[in-house]
Amino acid sequence: MNATEPKPTEEILESLADAKSVFIVGCSGCPVGCDVGGEKWVDEMTAAVRGAGKDVTGSALIELLCNKALVGIKLGRIVEQVTAAEAVLVGSCGVGVQAVGNMVARRTVPALNTICLGDYQGLWPGEERCGECGECVLAYTGGLCPITLCAKSLVNGQCGGTGDNGECEVSPDHPCGWKKIYDRLKELGRIDDMRRMIDPRDARKRAIPDAIRRTTRYALEVSEQEDPAPASEE
Amino acid sequence: MSKLQQQLEAGKFVVTGEIGPPKGTNIEPVLHEAEEYLKDNVAAVNVTDIQTAVMRLGSMALCHMLIDRGIEPVFQMVCRDRNRLALQSDLLSAAALGIENVLALTGDHVVMGDHVQATPVFDLDSVGLLAAISNLEAGTDMGLDIKGNPNKLDGVPKFFKGCCTTPCSPTPEAQMIKLEKKVASGAQFVQTQAVYDPGAFENFMKMIEHIKVPVLVGIVLLKSAGMGKYMNRSVPGVQVPDQIIQRLTDAPKEDRAKVSVEIAAEIIRQVRPICQGAHLMTLGWDHCVPGIIKQANLT
Ligand code: SF4
Ligand code: SF4
Repeated sequence: MNATEPKPTEEILESLADAKSVFIVGCSGCPVGCDVGGEKWVDEMTAAVRGAGKDVTGSALIELLCNKALVGIKLGRIVEQVTAAEAVLVGSCGVGVQAVGNMVARRTVPALNTICLGDYQGLWPGEERCGECGECVLAYTGGLCPITLCAKSLVNGQCGGTGDNGECEVSPDHPCGWKKIYDRLKELGRIDDMRRMIDPRDARKRAIPDAIRRTTRYALEVSEQEDPAPASEE
Repeated sequence: MSKLQQQLEAGKFVVTGEIGPPKGTNIEPVLHEAEEYLKDNVAAVNVTDIQTAVMRLGSMALCHMLIDRGIEPVFQMVCRDRNRLALQSDLLSAAALGIENVLALTGDHVVMGDHVQATPVFDLDSVGLLAAISNLEAGTDMGLDIKGNPNKLDGVPKFFKGCCTTPCSPTPEAQMIKLEKKVASGAQFVQTQAVYDPGAFENFMKMIEHIKVPVLVGIVLLKSAGMGKYMNRSVPGVQVPDQIIQRLTDAPKEDRAKVSVEIAAEIIRQVRPICQGAHLMTLGWDHCVPGIIKQANLT
């Protein structure tokens, strides 16, 4: 199971500060197991966003946001509602937020922090990955994860190692994550997001909380995977 | 206040040098070079921190030995090898040893070096490290006490804080934004990655006009045409123009060092009006430093 926890509502509204209109997508897959996804969540978020004086152009609940075909079909049907919004608020793990960002040309803002995927990257076939950092910064990185895309997991922008062809210093085959983020932000017209100061990470948030480790669902999901991560690690 | 800071504040065009600690304990040769060729010619000498992730003697120890010999060091610190506990502790140690200048860097990735199996740390990035230094100077560390207040220090360090930027990066705007963040986090001076193209450097300097900190242009001495080609191929954010490589190719072997010095001095002369100093990285050819300074008319 992908363990997520909700970000404080103030933090979500802060990351939506300059968006006048918002589309809301919930994932009713894994998050529901953590009591954070689902219809109730979509309703609560809709109320909170409206309460902050913003227009909610629509909302959708998708069983598994990491399922590319499903997301395509569902969002395809209501594409005007999505594109009418300046930002898309996504209630899912980091993979789902990036999946939505990959499919719609809109800024995607995470509503949850991903604590643990047990290395499970859902059904998403693309290269977007989540490193389970527990402090999701996708709101400021063009919906692309710097933890997994940058070889040094830098959070405040690129180092001096970006090559002329946009490759990272570690290998010609590794595209610089921050070059990708920069290009995406440029596309979205949101370069200023790079100016956001991101605090040093809290390493504790990466550890799987014992309460989650003890759930049956966690045990089942982990044992279902081909290459299970031993529960004693971390 | 460090000599480096004084000279920059006085508006002088400042020159800094750089040495790399040895792999092993044989420190005499590098100290001798520093005394012989750098001491009377530069304001301060950077000491690299496990440069390119190749294991060697530590920067802090060599900085301390430079102070003993009357040479002012710039203590380079990378984020690759230490977490925030060790970085802050080393900053306090450095201050206690009389080190006044610190250069905060991200650091090359572990896989660039000779211990590719090691854990890359990057607990802080360069922006976070600068903020941590500023914090220490304000008397607190990054930790919290039981009540949730920042821990207070018993004795507070003071540094002249520097950072790096890559003017000829393929994404100069991204470099500029990161530089803004570094300065907002406390950086007081900049030493750049190697510059060979004065035009590209000038464009970058225009772009960062709004960032009010002194910039020392990075000059890496090109020892041969082969090195120039290697840099074009393998060093990110560095472009050596063909015409410079050609000059080195054409130079007879015995004149090569002379041509290298000429090239470095020419670049400095060209960019001098638009920056506040030059950081000379001679990669072991410290004996060339006096020649560069003279030919660049900096004496
Ligand atoms: S920033 Fe990356 S690693 Fe952290 S939660 Fe978001 S997607 Fe996952
Ligand atoms: S080159 Fe890019 S991906 Fe590689 S470490 Fe630097 S910022 Fe990260």
